[in-house]
Amino acid sequence: MESQDSDLLWQLAGVGFSYGGQSVLRNLDLAFAHGQCYGVLGANGSGKTTLLDLLCGLLAPRSGTVRFGNRSLSGWRPGELAKKVALVPQDFVVRFGFSVREVVEMGRHPHLGRFAALDDHDHQLVDGVMEEMGIQTLADRSVTRLSGGEKQRVAVARALAQDPQVLLLDEATSNLDIFHTLSILGAIRRRVDEQGLTVIAALHDLNQAAFFCDRLIFLKKGHLICQGSIDDVLQADIIHEVYGVDAQVRLNEFSGCYHVSYRMPSPQSSVHHL
Amino acid sequence: MGFVLFALLIAAMVFSATMGYMSLSAGEVIKVVLHRLIGSGVYPDPVAAAVVVDVRLPRILAAAIVGGVLAVCGAVFQAILRNPLADPYTLGISSGAAFGASLVIVLQVFGLALPDGLSIPVFAFAGSIGTLFVVLALASGDRRLSSTSLILSGVIVAAILSAAIGFLKFLADEQVGIIIFWLMGSFSGVSWTNITVLIPIAFLGLAVCMLYGRELNIMATGERTAATLGVNTVRLRWILLLTCSLMTAVCVSVSGIIGFIGLIVPHLLRHLVGPDNRRLILLSFFGGGILLVIADTLTRAVLPSEVPIGVLTALIGGPFFCVIFKKRQQDGIAGL
Repeated sequence: MESQDSDLLWQLAGVGFSYGGQSVLRNLDLAFAHGQCYGVLGANGSGKTTLLDLLCGLLAPRSGTVRFGNRSLSGWRPGELAKKVALVPQDFVVRFGFSVREVVEMGRHPHLGRFAALDDHDHQLVDGVMEEMGIQTLADRSVTRLSGGEKQRVAVARALAQDPQVLLLDEATSNLDIFHTLSILGAIRRRVDEQGLTVIAALHDLNQAAFFCDRLIFLKKGHLICQGSIDDVLQADIIHEVYGVDAQVRLNEFSGCYHVSYRMPSPQSSVHHL
Repeated sequence: MGFVLFALLIAAMVFSATMGYMSLSAGEVIKVVLHRLIGSGVYPDPVAAAVVVDVRLPRILAAAIVGGVLAVCGAVFQAILRNPLADPYTLGISSGAAFGASLVIVLQVFGLALPDGLSIPVFAFAGSIGTLFVVLALASGDRRLSSTSLILSGVIVAAILSAAIGFLKFLADEQVGIIIFWLMGSFSGVSWTNITVLIPIAFLGLAVCMLYGRELNIMATGERTAATLGVNTVRLRWILLLTCSLMTAVCVSVSGIIGFIGLIVPHLLRHLVGPDNRRLILLSFFGGGILLVIADTLTRAVLPSEVPIGVLTALIGGPFFCVIFKKRQQDGIAGL
């Protein structure tokens, strides 16, 4: 890994974004450090995906500044940034029947010269991530013939083939069964713990967040509600404020993680929330 | 695969040159071509030489290049628009060319002395390039230049143009046949002058398209993923749309409108060699050339009277495409 100019990866100051006059993110101040696993949580339309798009330079903020490393994010060429930041999108649709291996190999693009072919190192890396995601037996299968869960594993493998410092996950495990959710999040978590990978994951499942993340960021209608370590912010009153449901957070002995149970609030308090 | 298709293309061209009103042997054709190219000592029959060099060769070469270019542009348009049904005409380029050509014919009907051989190609070219810029201007309000905005803009502009062509046909009155014939495509008027324009644009364009093979592959994963892999999707679209539109416009100005080549050839080749654009683009060039040389030979030398080639390709290509489409549906492959 390259020398780190700054302890912080991203610094967002007063960041706002709007689509056609409708404000999606408002006055956001956030910082992301190396080697941590962040969960971005919030109801549908709270701005999670927009935040990820801003972090990987797909969108430019309408107001405020985004710094990555030691300079403004807009100063990074897309090819440079792609060597450091990879995104796993929510819906990964590949056209034209490329094979699984071909799609994973596309992850090497930022590291290759225009006319360069993949060398031994690239092939090893591609084989490695396919094994990690358990898709080596699908290598020659067309991606159009995969199940939703298999496709999602290919999407993660493709992003890992970029050999990034940061992995952005946009609800990347929403199509997966429990076994594959645990094994993929586990594999990514190992990379965080052993190789210092940084992960920023937009998630819906609070229990998944409790098991997977170090720190949580709660968004509501584009505002930052709170951020902090799991211990500090995974709390019933915050969950109620963000989602409008009653929750109970308990340490679960079996999993060793916090476990959140929910129920719809009583009619009176629901009116109060709205 | 590349060598096989290239050899097939050359064979198809030689075979085509032997056929026609005056039948020649393949050896004779090769003798003529070699004599012209490298001045070999073997002197061919002067009549055969005249037939091959002045009459058949420009037409065969034009068919090969136009077929190749249409197929390459089909492959590229499909990749950048992420749509297997896109072809060089999707963005209304053919309608623009048709409008330009129809305009010349109508102006001639009204007594404006425009030289025939030159004005139609020039106006057809101007029409298609003009159309392209209108379509891009319409679509570029969406700063990502997404495939949806591009296709939608193309459909809108093509609809307006086809109404305008209808109006021109109405104005042309009794001369409407000339417009209709031009719109159906033909290689019958091709000269060496056309070839000297076609060759540089075709090969420069082919080189540009091949340069972006890997980026085109990545476009298949979606605009968002492609952008996070460092592909400048907007710039890629601008460069390749302009390049392919130029290539298509030159072809249309030479041959009129020939459909289905850009759709069928890349589609078939993806079946045979897979979707990797680094191979597909060059193979499409050979494949498209083979197909159009055969089709043009059919209409020129086999069929009792010359059927417009655009009609022939659509009549053969259309049902053929339906068969593939149904077969793939039965195989359970979603989309194409």
